[in-house]
Amino acid sequence: MPPQGQAAKPVLEVRNVTKFFGDLAALKEVSLTIARGESVFLYGPNGAGKTTLLRMLASLARPSSGEVLFDGKNLERDGVAAKSAIGFVSHAIFLYGELTVRENLRFFGRLFRLDGLERRIDAALDMFEMRSREDALVRDLSRGLQQRTSLARAFLHDPDFVVLDEPFTGLDTQSVARLEDLLRRLPEQGKALLFSTHDFEQGAAIANRLIALKAGRVRYNGPLASAPFEELGIQRSNGQKVHD
Amino acid sequence: MTSLKIIWSILIKDLRVEWRNRETLASMCVFGLLIVFLFNFSFETAREETLRLLPAVLWVAIAFAGVLGFNRSFASERENSCIEGMTLAPVDPSMIFVGKMLANLLFLGIAEVVMAFAATLWFNFSFLPSLGELVLIAFFGTLGYAALGTIFGAIAANTRMREVMLTVLQFPIAFWILMLSIDATSNAMRGDPGGNWAGGAARVAGISVVFTVASFLLFEYVLEE
Repeated sequence: MPPQGQAAKPVLEVRNVTKFFGDLAALKEVSLTIARGESVFLYGPNGAGKTTLLRMLASLARPSSGEVLFDGKNLERDGVAAKSAIGFVSHAIFLYGELTVRENLRFFGRLFRLDGLERRIDAALDMFEMRSREDALVRDLSRGLQQRTSLARAFLHDPDFVVLDEPFTGLDTQSVARLEDLLRRLPEQGKALLFSTHDFEQGAAIANRLIALKAGRVRYNGPLASAPFEELGIQRSNGQKVHD
Repeated sequence: MTSLKIIWSILIKDLRVEWRNRETLASMCVFGLLIVFLFNFSFETAREETLRLLPAVLWVAIAFAGVLGFNRSFASERENSCIEGMTLAPVDPSMIFVGKMLANLLFLGIAEVVMAFAATLWFNFSFLPSLGELVLIAFFGTLGYAALGTIFGAIAANTRMREVMLTVLQFPIAFWILMLSIDATSNAMRGDPGGNWAGGAARVAGISVVFTVASFLLFEYVLEE
């Protein structure tokens, strides 16, 4: 549950956003809000527009029409300030292969102008159990370890709004469990979480709200518990019990 | 001060990446030396012939070695979408431009020293009598060329035929810097008692500053999808 007094305040507001790639509309008049303390699961089939939407919220893509507001400010015009509060993990790891794990975190930490950087790096490395690999070149790491480093990069600046696109990619069972636990605790800290995963049950076990996308349109936006699964074409594998 | 720290971080990062893979500088130097050597092999090295040809030989070598460097500069950014990782940070895109441009300027500057040293040996020509003038011309010519290479390298990095695209996009504009640099270098190498080299150097500096400022201002639009 969101901390008292913060529930109603949207940290993010998407207003009638449409995104074209050439003639193809990846998103069609998408509107939604996300408040602090909310954990939102973005679900949809391939090509639904999930990645496009998440990239837009991380300020990596611009809407063709409509606007995205972060803390009331237009992300396109006042994006620099908003970026300090957003942590993003994508399919791409955003890490330099020729730098070590610690060097990568130090570089991105400096771009974020973080105080007490080495302490923060230590904390991020511990959070994703990468301390023993801190001096390894990223190019020499397995995909799973690279993903953990990418997660450490995204959490390094303690973001208020965490945007994760398929964050469990390449992770082993133990790392998946640790990340799930971390994501479940974010709302308690007053942070907003928006993430996508193709494993519906995994997402449902973390989030308290579902946004279902199909063909670039929002088909459902509401509590997970009351989602019309059959109408959305979602087959539950463990009955109807969802995280509340 | 904060901006300087950001620029410094990007520059140091590029130097560290280069130190680890040793791809950019080595390929620039080898390619530049090859061009200087081939021209030396093809022409007489009599003094008048050298004075006529060497400025163009050197700037052609610098131009082609630069293209290699600019392509490599953004290859490491393209890998793992690192350039997007940088744009996720609350950093003015122009700071990214300055950091990348300084790294390109440094690599090209080192390659130029190597090429000039080789030209001294192979063309049996001493740059020492007009060293100050030549360094000034080389600095401004390289600055403008590196600025164009940085912005066009970033544009080409997002295209399919990126190696070809960089050359096609950059050379029609870089032509003006190269032409003025060749002219100024030629005058400086001849000793130029009339002081024409200074006017030439001023023209190189002027056009380079214009291209550098324009690239600085336009870089944020290049980083957009």
